[in-house]
Amino acid sequence: MNLFRKHPSLPVFLGLLAAFVLAVTLMSEAAGAGLVSTSFVKTLGKTLCLCLIALAMDLVWGYTGILSLGHFAFFGLGGYMIGMWLMYARTETIVEASLASGALPPTPQEVQDAIATQIFGVVGASDLPAIWSLAGSLPAQLALVVLVPAALAAVFGWLAFRARVTGVYLSILTQAMTLALALWLFQNDSGLRGNNGLSGLQNIPGLEQHGQDLVSLWFFWASALALGLGYLGAQWLVSGKFGSVIRAIRDDEARVRFLGYPVEGFKLFVFVLTAVVAGLAGALYYPQAGIVNPAELAPIASIYLAVWVAIGGRGRLYGAVIGAAFVSLVSTWFTGGNAPDIPLGGYTLHWVDWWQVLLGLSFVAVTLYAPRGIGGLFDLLAGLRAPNRRGAPLGPDQGALQEKEADA
Amino acid sequence: MTDFLTFLRAALLGVLVLMAAQMAAAQDPAAPGTPAPTAQPAPETAPEPPGTTAEMAPLAALIAENARQIAKPSRKTIGPVIDAIAAAPGPQTQAFLEAWADKRLGRRKADGALFVLEKAGPDWRLIDPATGATAGTAPKDDIAQLRPNSGVRGLIASALVRFQLSDPDPARRGAALDALARTASAENLGPLRASLPGETDPELAARKARLERMLTLRFDPDPAARVAAIESFSGDLGLDVRAALNPLVATTRIAATAPPAGANIAAELVPGRDIDKAAAYALLVEAGLAPPRLSAADRRAALEAHVENGAVGGVPLADLDDEDARERAYAGLVSAGLARPAATAAEVDARLAAYRFFDIHAEADPAVTDAARATLDHIEMKVGAMQGLDLGLDALSLASIYFLAAIGLAITFGVMGVINMAHGEFIMMGAYTGYVVQQFVTDYTLSILIALPLAFGVTFAAGVAMERLVIRHLYNRPLETLLATFGISIALQQVAKNVFGTQARPLTAPGWLDGAWVMNDVVSISYIRIAIFVLALIFLGFFLWLMKRTRLGLEVRAVTQNPAMAASMGIKPDRINMLTFGLGSGIAGIAGVAIGLFAKVTSELGQDYIVQSFMTVVVGGVGNIWGTLAGAAMIGGLQKGIEWFNPSNTLAAQTYMIVFIIIFIQFRPRGIIALRGRAAGD
Repeated sequence: MNLFRKHPSLPVFLGLLAAFVLAVTLMSEAAGAGLVSTSFVKTLGKTLCLCLIALAMDLVWGYTGILSLGHFAFFGLGGYMIGMWLMYARTETIVEASLASGALPPTPQEVQDAIATQIFGVVGASDLPAIWSLAGSLPAQLALVVLVPAALAAVFGWLAFRARVTGVYLSILTQAMTLALALWLFQNDSGLRGNNGLSGLQNIPGLEQHGQDLVSLWFFWASALALGLGYLGAQWLVSGKFGSVIRAIRDDEARVRFLGYPVEGFKLFVFVLTAVVAGLAGALYYPQAGIVNPAELAPIASIYLAVWVAIGGRGRLYGAVIGAAFVSLVSTWFTGGNAPDIPLGGYTLHWVDWWQVLLGLSFVAVTLYAPRGIGGLFDLLAGLRAPNRRGAPLGPDQGALQEKEADA
Repeated sequence: MTDFLTFLRAALLGVLVLMAAQMAAAQDPAAPGTPAPTAQPAPETAPEPPGTTAEMAPLAALIAENARQIAKPSRKTIGPVIDAIAAAPGPQTQAFLEAWADKRLGRRKADGALFVLEKAGPDWRLIDPATGATAGTAPKDDIAQLRPNSGVRGLIASALVRFQLSDPDPARRGAALDALARTASAENLGPLRASLPGETDPELAARKARLERMLTLRFDPDPAARVAAIESFSGDLGLDVRAALNPLVATTRIAATAPPAGANIAAELVPGRDIDKAAAYALLVEAGLAPPRLSAADRRAALEAHVENGAVGGVPLADLDDEDARERAYAGLVSAGLARPAATAAEVDARLAAYRFFDIHAEADPAVTDAARATLDHIEMKVGAMQGLDLGLDALSLASIYFLAAIGLAITFGVMGVINMAHGEFIMMGAYTGYVVQQFVTDYTLSILIALPLAFGVTFAAGVAMERLVIRHLYNRPLETLLATFGISIALQQVAKNVFGTQARPLTAPGWLDGAWVMNDVVSISYIRIAIFVLALIFLGFFLWLMKRTRLGLEVRAVTQNPAMAASMGIKPDRINMLTFGLGSGIAGIAGVAIGLFAKVTSELGQDYIVQSFMTVVVGGVGNIWGTLAGAAMIGGLQKGIEWFNPSNTLAAQTYMIVFIIIFIQFRPRGIIALRGRAAGD
């Protein structure tokens, strides 16, 4: 309860989230109102998942200062892990139904061969790769949703932080990791169906008797629950001493190291934790999206993630959520062709074409003129202003930045 | 004695040459007579000077003699006749054979005389085959046109080859050689050898000699000659040599109880060691020496066919969902006599033990196969070395592409420390500039010459604008520079997409850059890649000159090392930063023109190079041009080296290369060439 009193934004956020979920539920087709279409419920559910990964990104970038351009890789991996089970289990029911009409009851081997042919026929293979050996079991794949991103993040983070790779070098390195992973998944012989990816994920095995309107609402609830819990957990994490240490690492890593803190351990912990959160978000996102393919893991996606957090306002949790929700929904609105075209006398500005330009430029503008992002508006409302030091040093010693340099 | 023989042979050669020359002169009076080789002895000592009557007579006599055979030829018996006619001297022989093969020969029904036919209105004009003189016309009904079947026509065609090989027109001789190389056969060897000494064109002579050896190694009856011909090709990289040699060492795999007598055995195979046991058994099954094993599908079919009262072979149907139960059910069917017994594992082993397995050469002579094997091994070794060289060239060319893409970044990122994610888009802008110039200037050479400085100008301006408007405000916040320039990058990409569309635009290289420098059948490199390599070298030199030898370079280095001190020395850091950034961007534009020449120009062109470019700079060591060079060499070499292990999968090569770089950074976090001391900064 102390947490709620200390951070008034927390009850506000959770209350708004609950109200939003209730409103969408009541207006959904499943509730009979039909004011919100099933596909829009899915869009909202997906947006909540994106808010969750933005939260993770804010933890790792806004609080710890590691600009990771690889968190969408963990997101995609989570999607792949749950997608393997969804695809295997669904194919299994189909295959068993078709084999049951044969004269003999099928052996387990025959069932598996038929599943493999069904899944991998599209890439010209008919053997089940070794990485699919656990795909038949939901608990195992759910465990992998957590373990695979965690393992990749742990190995990569350990290597990178141990070598004291920091700043932009680390960003480039994480980007390289994402590119390597995406290129690996693009190959047909990596065993995850190459550029076809995993598809048909919106059909949940065991829930076929319920319509998509109900299933999408359940996933919406699950996403909202995950976001709520994630927000609560993140707030708790950054409120304590741990939060102070990681913020200190962001501001001056060397100084924290000299104070005796194991900087690498803290960074690795945050990196792995946020990778796990990203994996979970992905595992909730892709059943709603229906398909996961290597293009989702492209480095550009991770950069967009940084864009959302920056626009929303990094270094504050609700900023990340607002940024992700705002940019992804506005983006859907513009690219969906809903925005009115602007006639410019001889040339008509189609937002479908020019939205990216606007996004890119507004991103530059935010970086230059509003480093606090949309979240900064709340400070303005609350009357909070950064103290004007009249160009005095920001830190105690001579090497520290002058305020006017930092602002420049 | 030997002297005399040599003399006689030379004299005979002289006669042959003279005859060829006369034939040429007779056929085509416009063509200059083939000059007689001066090295040959004068032909007047030849025992039988060729006379005109002697030329005509044999052909006419031969035709008359064999008229019946010619009119109704049979593939089996016509061979000697064709050979005899082809051997007849005289200018009409070739014309006669050609007419025969073209179905332009006819037999006069009245007396059985043969004529070459020519259309003359509704009638045939008759031409005496032996003299070439017109012998009047005849109505079509009086003449039976000869239509030799395709087998006979083939024989005639191969007989004609010897004439074409000595044809006065070098183009036709070349065409005949091509035909010969395609449809090599034993009969062609003789005519080819006969045409060798008369060849005057050195290039054709070399081709003839090579083809002669190629035919010798396949068709010569003398094994020693074949071995000699095979060995003469040792180290020859031509694909045709390997194509000719490979059939000689081809083997067929057989199963037998004892080594087949008289066969040229390549190797004996022991099942389980040299040959898969399943494959060996399959060989026995194929030869009818053993019963086939039961496949799971066959067993399933047999079981399905004998379902009775919900059970198969005494096993209930519901139990048949595992292997053991199916095995028992099938055994039940066998014991009931309803299915054939399948070979058990023990039987399979016993059968395999009873037979021996051999690889048999199709070629019977061991000396020939050994020589062919040895020569092929030598060739393959040399091919391997050449492929290594080719790979090295590929790696060099890839490295120069990366270097070119990264050198601008080496200035903006390496020297100034500014992360410019829009660098790739500057490359793209350069490529599109080249494309736009080509829309107005159609001469490709000229358009490239215009495009290079123009691309520099365009991207220089873009770089300066970006530095003034955005980057200047972010010098103390590198991570935010990264994000802001990324925003510019997506905006520029989308603008390019809106202006030029999503489809790839061509940037055509000038004609003199088409094609490739082919060293041999294995090693070749396209001229564009050489040009890019040269361009990379030029830029390396330019960069070094600019940084070390010019006032601007001095000021850039001063500003990078200590802006405040530089400013107090009268250098304007703002101006220098602007110029440096513009320069780096301008070089990216020129790199874009070069890259656009061999890659498709799309709005995503830059994106494909940005990660590699950054890695080149980071791996090489920031702030050092030699480091960038080393980084490009390492990344290019590594990628091609990994591709060599699995040539079909370039994606995997890139994956492993990136993984390798991530590990490499562990050991040299500051790159291959790390700056030390104060210059390193932090």
